[in-house]
Formats: sequence, structure tokens, C-alpha cells
Amino acid sequence: MIVEFGAFALILALVLSLVQTGLSIAGRLRRSALLAGAGEGAALAGFGALALAFAALVHAFVTSDFSVANVAANSHSEKPVLYRVAAAWGSHEGSMLLWNLALTGFGAVLAGRGRDLPRDLKATAVAVQGVIGTVFLAYTVLASNPFVRLVDPPVEGQSLNPLLQDPALAVHPPFLYAGYVGMSVVFALGVAALVEGRIDAAWARWVRPWALAAWSFLTVGIALGSFWAYYELGWGGWWFWDPVENASFMPWLVGAALLHSAVVTEKRGALPGWTVFLALAAFSFSMLGAFLVRSGVLTSVHAFAVDPTRGVLLLGILLATAGSAFALFAWRAPSLAPGGVFAPVSRESALVANNILLSAATLTVLLGTLFPLIREAVSGEAISVGTPYFNLTFTPLMAILCVLVPFGPLLAWKRGDLAPAFRALVPALVLGVLAGLAALWLLTPRKAFASLGLALAVWLIVGSLAEAAQRIRLFKAPVSESLRRLRGLPRGAWGATLAHAGLGVFVLGACFETAWKMEAAQTLAPGQSLRVGAWELVLKDVRKLDGPNFEAETARISARRDGQEVCALNPARRFYPAGGQTTSEVAICSVDVSHLYVVLGEQREGADGQPVWLVRGFWNPLAVLIFAGPGVMALGGLISLTDRRLRLAAGRRREAKA
Amino acid sequence: MRRTAFALAAALASALCLAAASDPAERLPDPAQEARARILFKEVRCMVCQNESIEDSEAELAVDLRRLVRERVAAGDDDVAVRRWLVERYGEFVMLRPAFSAANLVLWLAPLAAVLAGGLALAARVRSAGVAPEQLSAEESARLALLVRAGDGHDPALKSSPDDPKA
Repeated sequence: MIVEFGAFALILALVLSLVQTGLSIAGRLRRSALLAGAGEGAALAGFGALALAFAALVHAFVTSDFSVANVAANSHSEKPVLYRVAAAWGSHEGSMLLWNLALTGFGAVLAGRGRDLPRDLKATAVAVQGVIGTVFLAYTVLASNPFVRLVDPPVEGQSLNPLLQDPALAVHPPFLYAGYVGMSVVFALGVAALVEGRIDAAWARWVRPWALAAWSFLTVGIALGSFWAYYELGWGGWWFWDPVENASFMPWLVGAALLHSAVVTEKRGALPGWTVFLALAAFSFSMLGAFLVRSGVLTSVHAFAVDPTRGVLLLGILLATAGSAFALFAWRAPSLAPGGVFAPVSRESALVANNILLSAATLTVLLGTLFPLIREAVSGEAISVGTPYFNLTFTPLMAILCVLVPFGPLLAWKRGDLAPAFRALVPALVLGVLAGLAALWLLTPRKAFASLGLALAVWLIVGSLAEAAQRIRLFKAPVSESLRRLRGLPRGAWGATLAHAGLGVFVLGACFETAWKMEAAQTLAPGQSLRVGAWELVLKDVRKLDGPNFEAETARISARRDGQEVCALNPARRFYPAGGQTTSEVAICSVDVSHLYVVLGEQREGADGQPVWLVRGFWNPLAVLIFAGPGVMALGGLISLTDRRLRLAAGRRREAKA
Repeated sequence: MRRTAFALAAALASALCLAAASDPAERLPDPAQEARARILFKEVRCMVCQNESIEDSEAELAVDLRRLVRERVAAGDDDVAVRRWLVERYGEFVMLRPAFSAANLVLWLAPLAAVLAGGLALAARVRSAGVAPEQLSAEESARLALLVRAGDGHDPALKSSPDDPKA
């Protein structure tokens, strides 16, 4: 019965979304607070209904109710409970339900919390959010319903995908979807502003917290997915420029551009058209991602719930939603005032440069992802666009951006002065150059580009701190005053400093790990050892160690440096009889912020007929920073979100004054 | 309909991708040649895999391709010759770095074009702003002078501008 209740709640949520749209539009047209308020109530109720539907689906998975088609196809009674819960969003239908949960959730927060928004703008935004909700809920109910029952239920579920039985992957989709769909509120506010014909500093201030929250969630979601690939796929790679990764990366890049351009609109009233364009683009890229990942038009190692028929429907939703929003933009944008003027050297120019580079980077990723399709459609020739392309195009763009980042916060609005900015950045420049030269001289093999990357990373980290140092007058005023000023720094400034420094931390880890990772592979009999750089990996033995739903061979490996055991590693190979799959459980030993990464390969026959095992060892220096960097960036976003400026109802006070 | 495509693809990926290229059974005796072959592997697509280079894949085809590339390298072919040989045999699809050709011109030049277009737009925006004061008409100048004298710079409307840090 709970499943039928869930199906009902899902349909109820669809009806409530329709009602939300209708009431909000009526409320806006008649300027009726009652009707608009009822529209907001429908948004809250819609979220409630969807939460119940989602709970019903999770219940079906936890209790392994195989009479539900989705549960039968995507779960198994032998799965641990956590992964049965996570399986609820592991399929096409379930993931769409999670998408809708996030969508109605953000809609409910917009309806319930956005009290400082002007009444008309809010009613229109809630209506737009209602339209998006209606479209996606209709898709879920009609084409992708997770509550369909089977006439002839099987005794056991079909999927016990071992790769999905992983804690990082269990929490990765919720973060990613919160990020994707958080952009829908930004989109709704953008459309509402175009409809109302009002895009000013106040609007940018309302948009910013939503963009910040969505971008921070997306950052965490992407980092988790990358970390999962790093330790689960078994060869230490963490980014493959895979279409599915690109699909999540594009909204992130656009979101980052939007955060910066919204600052310009908020502080100076400039670039309103461009900011609203990005607000529309961010969610359009989210929808493009939802389509690409599920349609099967692109091949990917992460290929997800592929279904071409429903892919066409998703493409239709994308084209209709984004198309009408951009048509509205094309109609209304020319009437927008360009806003304040600024000099070539100014905070505005720096932020525009940031936007140019981030947009060019987005275009690069978009082309790199879709160009093979375009070429094939035009000339029938198949080509591949892989990592080497992105290294030659995307990476230089980002390198230029990294050079410019520390300048932005140091330049004044309207007309900046380069000389003091340079002076403040002298320590960063000196330390960066020293780091680069040190890498060039000390590290083997000698790598010029990676050394340059290292210099850039140090420049970014120290340069980001330079602005904070300047604000607290570090070393220029007594320590007590610096501390007082430190406490008085606005959270927004802290957020920016952290996010920029986090980018530097990421660049440091990414460059170092990519350039100076070491690997070795050898077949070992028990007692033999393998050298990886300064490490000696001694294979002690390999034992059968079966788990609840798998059979495993687990190796005991002692990792020694200078004859001393530093860690004991237990990499394993698992065989899951239910699906007939073999997986490799990597063993990772963290040494400071570096990883010793060991993989147990297949068993072979040695020279004397005794069994030997293929053991691969990787030394991934500074690998932790690759994932810590995005963590620091997301933290910066969240701290920025708690800034007084964004919490205080600026608009409400303004309206009260008027 | 079964929704196990993800499961299948992911499982395949896991089964096939175990840093295959470093297998000691495949290695070339000359370390310099081996190093060159390993760099080439990263540019070559494992065509039956989802989206991987032959460096990462344990699929049979990838093993074969690695053997062939190693043979070419051992025979003394330089990188360009190995790439040409691969493209002749398997088509452009096999290379993960698309050729810099007329058909791929958009792909290669779009990033640069985007930066140039953006830079020009910024330059135009900044220049038009710089010229603006010179275009002040005589009337406007007179009005401005009047305003400055009358308000003495203390226009209350300016106080609630978004620049105000306390706003």
C-alpha cells in the first residue's frame, strides 16, 4: 500500500505544481496577496507531497519490495541497508524523483523564505518555478514512474552493482542534484526579472545566495564523484574529461562566472544583461547534463541509465524551457541599461576578464563534448575528443585565469590602481617563483610545465591571502589592531579568500600528482617485494576473505620506507556471484597529504608453478589536495552565504523606506 | 525494460580498467622506448571501451593495440609515424587528440575566438565609457555646473547608492 501511496503523492505533487503556477500567475496579474500566497502554499505542499513519495520509494527499497519494477531491477536483498537506500536514486526513475525532490525543495524554500523579495517579482519567480516543476514532474509521472508494479514479482532483485556499493557514491548524487537543481531558482529569478523588466543591484543581491548555495553543492558533488573514481576505478585517475563529468562541470563553470558577474551587478549596477544571461545559462546547462547523461548520445565510462526514447523527451524539455527563456531574454535584454562605467584597470574589468575566461572555458568543454556528434552528423566521420584536447585548450585558459585571480580583490571599483596591487602581491610573486624554481631544480624528472603550475598554485594561495592581509593591515599596524580587524572582516571577504585559496590548493595537488606520480607493477609471490620510489611493498600473503555478498582475495602488504614499516595495506579483489562481476578494492595509505595507492591484480602462474599476484603500486604525491581544494572552495561558498549582507533583508528595508 | 545499463557499464569499467599498461608481461626491454610508448598510449582510444585510452583499459583490443604500438616504437618509428600509422589503420576515431584539420577548425579555434570576442567587447565597453565625458553637450555641462553649485555635492539621493557599505 505504501507504494500506491507514494504513486498518489507523486501525482499530487504534479497537480500542486500546476496549481502553484496558476495561483501565482493569477496572484501576479490581479496583484492579489491572497492568491500569490496560496501559490506559495502550493509550493510548500508540493514539496511535502514529493518528500512523502520519495520516502515511499526508499521504503520499498529498504524492505526489498520486488513487486515494484524499479526495486526489482535495481536492488537485491543481500545489499547492505545503506546501499539499498542509495539504490533508490541509482536508476533513471529514482534519480528523476531525487531531481524533483530537490526541485520542489528549492521551490519551497523560495516560497517560504524569500520574504524580502518584492511581491511581484516573487510571484512571478514562484510561477516560473512551478512551470519547471510541472514539466519535470509530468515527465516523471508519465514516462519515468518509479512506482510501477510488476504483475509477476521476482523472488530476488537483479542488480547488486558492486561499484555502487560505496559510501561516497551514495552521497554523491544528492549533492550533485542539489547543485544542478539549485540553479533552477536562479533561472526562475532571472526569468521573473526579465518579465518584470527590473534587473538591478537588489535583484543581483537576491540571486547571489541561491547561486552560492547551488555552486557550493555542485563543487562538493563533483569532488565526491571524482574521489569515487579515484579509489574505485583502480588506476588512480581522478578526472577523465568524460562526457558525464563534463556535463556536471559546465554548470559549475557557468555558476562560478555568475557568482562573479552578480557581484558587479550588485555593487555597481553594471552588466545586468550578462548576469541574467548567465542565470538562465546555469540551469540550462544543468538540464543539458540531465539529458546527456541519460540519453546515450555520448559514450561514457559513467553511462547512466541510458534510454534513447526518454532522452528525446528530456531534450524536448530542455529545448522548450531554455529556448523560451532565451527568447524572452533576446526580446527584453536590449532594453536593459548597461549600468555604471568603469576604467580598463578596475575591479569591474577584472571580474569581466574572469567571466570571459570562464565562458570561453565553458564553450571549450561544451564543444569538446558535443563536437564528435556534430562532425558525425555533418560528414559521417567519427572522431574522438579526449584529454589531450582539453590539456591544450582548457588548461591554458585556466592558467591565465589563475594569474589574474589575486588581482581582482585588490583593485578598487570603477578605477583601480595597478601599482599598489602589485606591491601587495610581491610576496606571492616571490614565493611563487621560488616554488617554481625549486620544483625545476629539485624534482626528478624535470618538468617545466608542471613547475610553472606549481608556481601558479603558490601565487594563487599566497595572493588570495594578500587581500585579507591588506585589509587587516598585517605587519603595518600593531598585532592587536590586526586581530581586531581580522574579527571585523565581513564573511563575504572570507568566503572569497577561501574559495580562491582553495583553487590554489587544488592546482597544487593536481599539478604535483599528475607530473610526479610514480608507479610500478610486478608479479609477486608471497615474501617478494616491489619498489615504488622510496617505498618497498612487501607481499606477505594473499588470503580468501569472503564478505556478506562477495568472495574476496585479500592481500596483506607491508609498505616500508628505509626498512621501517609505515603502513599495512590490504588491497582486495572481489567477486560478486550475484552479478558475476569482479571489482578491485584499492588500498590507500595516507602519508601526510600524499597517497600510497596499491592495487591487487589477477593471480598468475609463476616460473616455478607457484601462484603469483600482479601488484601495482602508485605513489600519488599531494593527492589529498586535489579533493581538499574543492572542499575549501565549497567552504568559502558556504561562509560567504552566512554574510550579514545576504541574510539581512536589504530589499525589505528598501521597500519600507520607499 | 531493465535499467541495468549503468550497472553494466560501471562493472565493465571496473573489470577492464586496472592501469593495464603497466603490466610487466607487456613491457619493452628498453626503458626509453617503453616511456615513449606509454606517452603515446594516452593519446590512443580503446575503441570498444566506453571512453578510455588504451593506457587505462584491459580490454583485449587495448592489449592488442598496446602490443602494436610497442612494436612500432621498438621498430624505430617516431611518434608522428606511429600516429600516422594508427590513423591509416583505424581512422581518426582512434586518436583522442583530434587532428588540426579544416573539419576540426571550429573545435580548435573556438576557445581562442571566444576569448578574443570577449576581450574586444570589454575593450569597446571601456572605451565607450572613456569617451562618454567628452560627448557631454553644452547644455548638459551647464546643467551639471548648476547641480554642482546647488547641491554642493551633498545630493541625498546619492547616499542610498549600492556602493554604500552599510546598505
